Amino acid sequence: MLAFYRRLYPFKSIMNWLNHEHVPTKLYTHREFAFTLQGDVYLRYNSFNTVDDFKKQVCALNPTRFEIGPVYTARPRDKKTIRPGGFIPMQRELVFDIDMTDYDSIRTCCSDAGICKRCWAFIAVAVKVLDSALRDQFGYKHLLWVYSGRRGIHLWISDKEAMELTDDQRRAVVNWIAVITGSKDQHKKVNARPKSRPLPPSLQMALEPLAECFTELILDDQDCFRSEEGCEAFLRLIPDETIVHELRKLWELNPGRSSSQKWDDLKNMIRVLDKGSSRRLAMKAAMEDIILQYTYPRLDAEVSKHRNHLLKAPFCVHPKTGRICVPIDPARIDDFDPEQVPTVRQLLRELDETMAQDSAEGEERHADSERTSLKPYIQMLDKHAMALMDEVRRSKRGADMSW
Amino acid sequence: MFKAKERKGPSTPLKSSSAQVQLHSTEPYPHRLNFYDLPPIFDVTLEEFESAALARLRILAEIESSFVRNRSYDELKAVTKTQCDKYLTLNANSASTCDLQGERRRDHVGHFVLRLAFCRSEELRRRFVKAEMMLFRVRWDSDDTREREAFLSSRDFDWVPVDDKEKEMYKTQLMAVPSNIRPQDLEAHFKKDKYYKVRWTRVPDLVEKRRVFLKGGWAYVPAREQSSMVFQEFQTNLEKALEMTAKALPRLDEDTRLLPILNNLSQGFLAGVPSEWLSSSSSAAEGGGIKAEEVDELARKHFPMCMRNLHESLMRDRHLKHMGRLQYGLFLKVLGLSIDEAITFWRRSFSKITDDKFNKEYRYNIRHSYGLEGRRANYPAKSCQQILMQDQPGPNESHGCPYRHFSEDNLQSALLASYAPHGLTAADLPEIMHTVRAGHYHVACTRVFEITHARSGGVKKGEGVGGGESVTHPNQYAARSRELEKARLEKAESERDAMVVDG
Ligand SMILES: [Zn+2]
Repeated sequence: MLAFYRRLYPFKSIMNWLNHEHVPTKLYTHREFAFTLQGDVYLRYNSFNTVDDFKKQVCALNPTRFEIGPVYTARPRDKKTIRPGGFIPMQRELVFDIDMTDYDSIRTCCSDAGICKRCWAFIAVAVKVLDSALRDQFGYKHLLWVYSGRRGIHLWISDKEAMELTDDQRRAVVNWIAVITGSKDQHKKVNARPKSRPLPPSLQMALEPLAECFTELILDDQDCFRSEEGCEAFLRLIPDETIVHELRKLWELNPGRSSSQKWDDLKNMIRVLDKGSSRRLAMKAAMEDIILQYTYPRLDAEVSKHRNHLLKAPFCVHPKTGRICVPIDPARIDDFDPEQVPTVRQLLRELDETMAQDSAEGEERHADSERTSLKPYIQMLDKHAMALMDEVRRSKRGADMSW
Repeated sequence: MFKAKERKGPSTPLKSSSAQVQLHSTEPYPHRLNFYDLPPIFDVTLEEFESAALARLRILAEIESSFVRNRSYDELKAVTKTQCDKYLTLNANSASTCDLQGERRRDHVGHFVLRLAFCRSEELRRRFVKAEMMLFRVRWDSDDTREREAFLSSRDFDWVPVDDKEKEMYKTQLMAVPSNIRPQDLEAHFKKDKYYKVRWTRVPDLVEKRRVFLKGGWAYVPAREQSSMVFQEFQTNLEKALEMTAKALPRLDEDTRLLPILNNLSQGFLAGVPSEWLSSSSSAAEGGGIKAEEVDELARKHFPMCMRNLHESLMRDRHLKHMGRLQYGLFLKVLGLSIDEAITFWRRSFSKITDDKFNKEYRYNIRHSYGLEGRRANYPAKSCQQILMQDQPGPNESHGCPYRHFSEDNLQSALLASYAPHGLTAADLPEIMHTVRAGHYHVACTRVFEITHARSGGVKKGEGVGGGESVTHPNQYAARSRELEKARLEKAESERDAMVVDG
């Protein structure tokens, strides 16, 4: 682990990304970092003036992981000496956390901590919906998606407006986006419309790609409604008693029907209802809600609502899997395979191998991370940070001209 | 921001004649509603400074306690209006007979004094903004439509109107935004409605409920949601202004006359208690002077927990420590015990000591508290705020507020022992203790008043000591309790009379 921090962890890139400029500003120096040490010792309110300070401290403590918090009105490490009320979180990336745990009731391929390429499809569709909603509806541009190291994904938004959101505004974003509500015991989890009125435009927009995903992922791949349990869960979401009754009869006579056959059975029963009738409208709404319930992003809402929530830093190592929390390009999310993400052991091995080659060939040394499969991921973060820095430069120039 | 004048001298509100001319010529307050963008730039006397703030504080504290008591918006509106009519009237332009400019000036001054008092901590700022926004909303909702329009157009809200081309472009989305409009009326509404564009961060409540269309960070708000935008704007402005004031405040601390007033105001709010209940209407003025031997019965029937406790302690120990004597003595004075009756009462109560000791050590103090000795000041009885905030009771002392200063167990058994005969049961305790734990002591006391006067006085939950008002003074509690009893007796009597006549 220590070797990883000393030789591979991209401290400078992380600084550029958090700071939006080359020279450390308050965005960096007043930022809270929290360390988790071996034996679950948790150290909060660390802060650093320079990248070197930060690296030195990380190497000294050798934490299992560390988290990034908000930018405060003062340096977090001076917290004890600041008068009460003088230490307030001011800025913070808008963050989101999606975790496979919230999909346990619907995925059929794995359970608990397990994750495979197939269930990653749930995350992939969530990323697509969320990414486009935040860009299109909220107008945000600087979105960094980061693999959480095991079975989830984090999103960090660094646009100036997003950084400055109050807790109330953060809650508003979350409630605008979140559709899946209700506890585990509640069957119906989508509550986004009054009665059978149409969905709000933002959800209507999301519905089209979700319907496609619903067919591929829920009906064909996961076959969610085939098992008795899955089938019962499905039937509970249908508000029309007559239709439920008919479906039960049909499936008793024809056992072993697949999810996609069952979905077609439902569609056929709705087709015979009078156009424009309230029964048909209610069923149309119910079908849309079922699609949302099975495919719409499931968020860990609390993470996003508070400025002072801490979230694991990119490029940390997941303690269980050893995998690095690498950035992910949302445009290529379908190709992402969590099992292909480099682990810390693999990276250190790669490093040793190239070192041996180098010394044999006597070539000039490159930065260590350049020699490993971590390189493309660091480049991704650098590119992201560059765009942020460009924007700050542009807005500064704009301000200068106005003088 | 303010320049306070000395109390002495004629209290003409405006010092410079030029300002006075300005006041009359351009009417500084053309509207009833005010966003308080500008601080008062005229001179304000200390009296006006304090009284305008106290009046407003009553209203805000009542709004806060409405939040605590989970009143519906309609109930809150009704209570707030009653309180405003009493302490802080603010009439519409149509009410031409009133001193409109005077009322609005008082509203303006009070708001800014409280800003000074409440900008000092995040907690105070948050609560102040919440209460102020509710007050604004109540006034907005009760404002005349035409006057509201005039107010709106007087201020640049920086809402970008959506032009027809853009409106047409997003027609489907705009019409699909959830609303209460019936589906068949959507088209007509869409044609008629104006839309405005604002950054979504300015209308988070509408975003949260998905009541707008969002595109590129702009919220497309239909004119029917205008109020929501106005309230949000009011809140955001006030939050920013308070932070600015907090930064500028240290300079104001140089004015030593203002500081005690400001401290007093913010402390009262923190204790959840509005300003003092002024005992002008108290029973001393009701004529019915109280006799020493009546105190015991009055205590059992009408006293709030703090005074019950002092009375019980006095009867049990035949003694009270200094702070207890002060708190209880002044309360009894305002209740209507004359100086002679007071001396009789205390002499009998302190039955374990000699006449000589009593005359030497206590008589003077009693006369003093009646303003008959020493500085000859007429000391007012202590308000809830003072009882809550000043002089915490030590061991063996009985003064203070039981809701705040008793342990939970002791408070519960004291409440049952004192009020079970008036209808309080163990089932009422969880609710009361919940409020106590949240630090809303006066709300707990008010609730006890409601419960113990439900049977005898027909008091319903939420009515408080009348008109939804909360307990702010032990004498107010006792006076109201006695009023209810009097009304009940009179009613019973007239019914009896009626029976006699009918018979
Ligand atoms: Zn799987």
